[in-house]
Amino acid sequence: MTTDTTGAIPPVGETDDDLIQLLTPEGERVHHEAYTPRIDDLDRAALEGLYRDMVLVRRFDSEATSLQRHGELGLWPPSLGQEAAQVGSGRALAPQDYVFPSYRELGVAWTRGVDLHQVLHQFRGEDHGGWDPAAHNFHLYALVIGSHTLHATGYAMGIQRDGDVGTGDPDRDRAAVVYFGDGATAQGDVNEALTFAAVNDAPVVFYCQNNHWAISEPTTRQSRVPLSHRGQGFGVPSVRVDGNDVLACYAVTAEALERAHSGGGPTFIEAVTYRMGAHTTSDDPTRYRTRADEEVWRRRDPIERLATLLRAEGSGEEFFTALEAEAEAFGEGVRDYCRAIPVPPDSRMFENVYATENAQVSAEREWFTEYQEGFDTEEAAG
Amino acid sequence: MTATAPAPANQRLAMAKAINLGLRRAMERDAKVLLMGEDIGALGGVFRVTDGLQKDFGGDRVVDTPLAESGIVGTAIGLAVAGYRPVCEIQFDGFIFPAFNQITTQLAKMHYRSRGRVQVPVVIRVPYGGGIGAVEHHSESPEALFAHTAGLRVVSPANPSDAFTMIQQAIACPDPVLFLEPKSRYWDKADVEVSAAEQVLDADAGLNQARIVRPGTDVTLAAYGPSVATALRAASAAEAEGHSLEVVDLRSISPIDFDTLTESVRRTGRLVVVHEAPVFFGAGAEIAARVSQECFYHLEAPVARVGGFHAPYPVAKLEHDYLPDLDRVLHAVDGVLAH
Ligand SMILES: Cc1ncc(C[n+]2csc(CCOP(=O)(O)OP(=O)(O)O)c2C)c(N)n1
Repeated sequence: MTTDTTGAIPPVGETDDDLIQLLTPEGERVHHEAYTPRIDDLDRAALEGLYRDMVLVRRFDSEATSLQRHGELGLWPPSLGQEAAQVGSGRALAPQDYVFPSYRELGVAWTRGVDLHQVLHQFRGEDHGGWDPAAHNFHLYALVIGSHTLHATGYAMGIQRDGDVGTGDPDRDRAAVVYFGDGATAQGDVNEALTFAAVNDAPVVFYCQNNHWAISEPTTRQSRVPLSHRGQGFGVPSVRVDGNDVLACYAVTAEALERAHSGGGPTFIEAVTYRMGAHTTSDDPTRYRTRADEEVWRRRDPIERLATLLRAEGSGEEFFTALEAEAEAFGEGVRDYCRAIPVPPDSRMFENVYATENAQVSAEREWFTEYQEGFDTEEAAG
Repeated sequence: MTATAPAPANQRLAMAKAINLGLRRAMERDAKVLLMGEDIGALGGVFRVTDGLQKDFGGDRVVDTPLAESGIVGTAIGLAVAGYRPVCEIQFDGFIFPAFNQITTQLAKMHYRSRGRVQVPVVIRVPYGGGIGAVEHHSESPEALFAHTAGLRVVSPANPSDAFTMIQQAIACPDPVLFLEPKSRYWDKADVEVSAAEQVLDADAGLNQARIVRPGTDVTLAAYGPSVATALRAASAAEAEGHSLEVVDLRSISPIDFDTLTESVRRTGRLVVVHEAPVFFGAGAEIAARVSQECFYHLEAPVARVGGFHAPYPVAKLEHDYLPDLDRVLHAVDGVLAH
C-alpha cells in the first residue's frame, strides 16, 4: 500500500473489517455469510449484463467528458470509477422504486432505462432536466447538495400512506432511493432526512457514494467517523460496502430494499469508491491529490475486476470483442446527438413557471414578445 | 320556482377558527391533503389553528414532525411528488429561514425545471407579522423575500371569511403557496359564509384577486394581511375629517392584481401603500414603481409608503412605534393630499 499523504485513502480491505466485499480487486469471489446468497440470482448472463452496463456507461461518460473539452457542453461531472457503485445498486431496484439522483448518477440513469443522451440536455444548457421522471421513476438531477434526500424521504412517506409497503407483493411494495456524495453528509438536509426517515420508518434507501472527495476536500474534512457510523447514530441500519465491487453493491442494495419494501424502514449505505476523474470538467484534481493515490485506485478498477471474474468463469473473448464494438458504436453517436440539440425557443423562459395562469408572468411574456417582434419589424423595414 | 335557496350558513368565527374549518373542509374533500408541522397534533399548534384535527383525521394526516423546518418543507416536496397535497405549518415567521432553501430553490422551481411534468402543490402556512408583544423572531414579515422568487404564490388573508376561503383555494391550487396568516388578527371575529366554499374553489382567479373593501374617491390605500384592518380604521377616521379613502385589500402579494389597483388609483389619483414589512425593498416599492409607471398621468402626488423601518424588528415595548398605525397612515394620507 502506498503512503497516504492526504489522509483521504483508506486502504480498502486491510483495515476495513466491516467493508462488505464479494469480489476482490483481483477478480476473485469472496464468500460472505449474509450477502453471498443475495447474488445467487446473478448467473453468468446477468454478470455479463452488469459488465455491459458498466462498459457502456463508461464509454458514454468519456464521450461526454471530451464533448465538454470541445466546448459542446457547459460542464460535465464524470462518473469514471463509480460505475460499479451505480450500476450494482441500480440493477437491484424494482421498476416501481423511485430514484432521487444527485448529478453524477449516469450509471443509475442507465439502469432506470433513461436514454443517456437525454442527460446531455442539462449540461448543454438546453433544459434543467431532460427526461420525464415519471416515465423512468428517476427524478431530475439535484444540484443543491443534499436537498433531495428530504424529497426522497417525503416520497417514501407517501409510499407508506399509499399502503405500498409490507404487502408481500413483489410488484407492489416499493421504496425511494436517494443517491448523494460523502460531502453531502455534512449538509443539514441530509441529517434532517435521516431523522425524518428514522422516526417514520420510511421506506427509503440512503445511498452515499463516498468517492473520497467533495471537489477538493477529502472525506476527512466532512466527518470524523466512517460515514456509515453516522447513519447508525440516527437509528438507521447502516452498511459499508466496497463501492468498486458491483456484486457487493448489488447485494447490499437488495438487502436494503427488502427491508424498505417489507416495512422495515430506512437503510444507509456507504459505498466506498473513488472518483477517478475530475469533480467536474472545471476542476483540477492535480492541485489536491497525487498521481500515486490515483494509481492505487486505478488498480481497483470496478470494470477490470469483473472482467477477470468473467474470464475465469467462462465468458469467451467473443463476448468482450462484441461488447467493444457495441460500445464503440454507442460512443460514436453521442457527438452528433449533442450537436443536434436545438437551442430552445425564447418563449421557454416563461413556460411552466406556474401551473396556473399568472398575471406577472403573462405580462412579462407579452412585453418580451412584442419587444422581440419590434426587431423583426425593424429588420423588415430595412 | 317558488322555493328559495337555503339561507347561507353564516357562522361568526375568529380567523384562527375559520382557517381550522377551512383545513377541515379541505381534508374531508381530498384524502390526499395532509397537515404537517411542529406541535400541530395534540396541541393543535401554538396558535391552536389545527385544534382537534389530529383527533379526527389521525396522526398520519395531521403529522407532528421533528423540529426541523427544512425537513418539513423538503419532505412535503417529496410527498407532493408522490401525489399528496401537504399543508405545512411553520411555527413562526422568523423560523422559516431554515426552510428558505427548500422553498426557494426546490419548491418554487420544480415545476419549471421539469417543464411542467412535476407538480408540487404544497401550502406553507405561517403565522406572521407583529403586534402581539412577542419575543425576537416571532413578529416578522418576510413576504418580499418570497414574492421575489418566481414559482411561488404568496397570499395573506385579512379577515376570517377570506381566511376560510383562501386556505381552501390555496390547497386546491396546483402551485406552491406561501400562506401568511396575520397572527395579530387570529382572534378577530366576523361572519363567515361557510357554505360558500365549494363554488369559490372553482374560480381559479379567486386567489389572485384584490378586492375593494371600502370604496372612496380621494386616496387609495393598498394593504394586505394585518394592515388591512389598520387601513380600514384610517379610512373611517379620515371620513370624519372629510376625506374619502378607498381601501384595496390586495389579498395576493405574488402575483399582485395590478388591474384592480391601477383602476382604483386612476379614479382617486393618489396612493398610499401600507404593510408591516420594512419599506426598503418591500412589496410597497414594487407597487409604487408599477403604479407610477402605469398611472403616471393620473397621479396627483407621488406614491407614499408606510411600513416598518430598516431595523430589526424591535423589542415588544417598541413595536407600536415600528408598526404602521392609524396615525402614520393618516400622516401619509395628508402628505399625498397636500400635493
Ligand atoms: C448546497 C451546495 N453547496 C455547494 C455546492 C457546490 N458543490 C457542487 S458539488 C460539490 C461537492 C460535492 O461533494 P460530494 O457530496 O462528496 O459529491 P460528489 O460530487 O463527490 O459526488 C460542491 C461543494 C452545491 N452544489 N450545493
